[in-house]
Amino acid sequence: MGHRTPLYEEHVKAGARIVDFGGWDMPLHYGSQIAEHHAVRRQAGIFDVSHMRAVEVRGERARDFLRHVLANDVDRLAVPGKALYGCLLNEQGGVLDDLITYFIAPDWFRLIVNAGPAERDIAWLRGHAGAFAVDIAPRPDLAMIAVQGPQADAAASRVLDAAAFAALGRLPPFHAAFTGDSFVARTGYTGEQGFEMLVDAHEVAALWTRFVAQGVAPAGLGARDTLRLEAGMNLYGHEMDEQVSPLESGLAWTVNLATDREFIGRSALLRQRAQGLARRLTGLVLQGAGVVRAGQEVRGSFGVGTVTSGSFSPTLSRGIGLVRVPLAALDGEVCALAGRSGQALAARLVAPPFVRHGRVLIDL
Amino acid sequence: MSKVPGDLRYTKSHEWVRAAGADIVVGITDHAQDLMGDMVFVELPKPGTELVVGKECAVVESVKAASDVYAPLAGEVTEVNEALAGAPETLNSDPYGEGWLFKLRPHDPEAVRALLDAAAYESLLASEG
Repeated sequence: MGHRTPLYEEHVKAGARIVDFGGWDMPLHYGSQIAEHHAVRRQAGIFDVSHMRAVEVRGERARDFLRHVLANDVDRLAVPGKALYGCLLNEQGGVLDDLITYFIAPDWFRLIVNAGPAERDIAWLRGHAGAFAVDIAPRPDLAMIAVQGPQADAAASRVLDAAAFAALGRLPPFHAAFTGDSFVARTGYTGEQGFEMLVDAHEVAALWTRFVAQGVAPAGLGARDTLRLEAGMNLYGHEMDEQVSPLESGLAWTVNLATDREFIGRSALLRQRAQGLARRLTGLVLQGAGVVRAGQEVRGSFGVGTVTSGSFSPTLSRGIGLVRVPLAALDGEVCALAGRSGQALAARLVAPPFVRHGRVLIDL
Repeated sequence: MSKVPGDLRYTKSHEWVRAAGADIVVGITDHAQDLMGDMVFVELPKPGTELVVGKECAVVESVKAASDVYAPLAGEVTEVNEALAGAPETLNSDPYGEGWLFKLRPHDPEAVRALLDAAAYESLLASEG
């Protein structure tokens, strides 16, 4: 038995198929992951993301500390409530985790890290915290839900109290705010509008039930994966890990090398850049029937690439994937995916995202 | 609990068969579709194909995984369920009815008796936990 979130009983009651994810017993789907996927693209869905860990970074030098340990620069966060996506790197420039940092106050930042690497992240952060005299405090007392889809705010208007809904309404993308005891953020992992909420673990089941009563569909990790894949978003352990540079994972935009800020992994990334990168991450779409699977090989005039994430896109009704290819490979190039029995499936490289805000963004 | 209709025969690899005159109808069980999740593609043999018992003869692919379907009996494929190409989700919603895969004329019609009956298949499911 793995760790269980405060919503575990709700998942079981709703008929979820439970699977292990990063050491947690999580819902894969509640009957049909494709139906859940469509619900998020077309109406609204609710995800339990309480397996992800909130970690507080507090202290007068919290900003200096995060400028040292994160590859993205928290100096980009000028306004309290603003969020920043970025990577935690090791000295070799490999990715320890990808995370969101919320700027709450000059002496208080909140990180949201992935379930699998969470313990390692916390140990790593504490290992580097001493010189900055900051406190690293995980928040197991908080649970997290994501409400996503074009109808997410309409549901929120009926579920949240007036003050909380007004606060949500004022939030620009990638900003967060406290409303009472809960923390609401304009973030997500689906490519749709919506929000995420961090709330008291004892209160999350009641909140979940109220959203579901408003017609918001419980959605599991299966739909979460196909939604993020269509939206061209990376998944830790697939698109990047300790062995892979963010510069070869489509994450150069999250690494600020423009200033002389000394952060962990910087010299390794500068060295890689000077030597020249070998690979890059892009998208892949099958021309005919089939499903793309992680680990499959792709061959084209560019050489050989490897699928890092693959699935079936419910929105496109096509197999799609993210693929690491030689740097010279151009989007639009035709290529062949090696199927499970070795047969070649016709495919094409495409620049992700595939789908966002309900709209198809690639040519089929 | 997965449905296991009493009037069908089953294989250990989770196919079912139903007698239909000289032919038998073949599909995958409710347990199999439930384990695999949403079906997205089905690859069926061509009518006229000779099947060897226990050999792969079709592929069902879900969002989660692709899985071979094994021939429950030796014989010749007489008809395939063309409707599945456009509606693979039928395998999830009605595995024992509209979600049938193909029809087979067995070389030895008596061989069907050697397959698992519902009680034996239920015990198999119970032992697989």
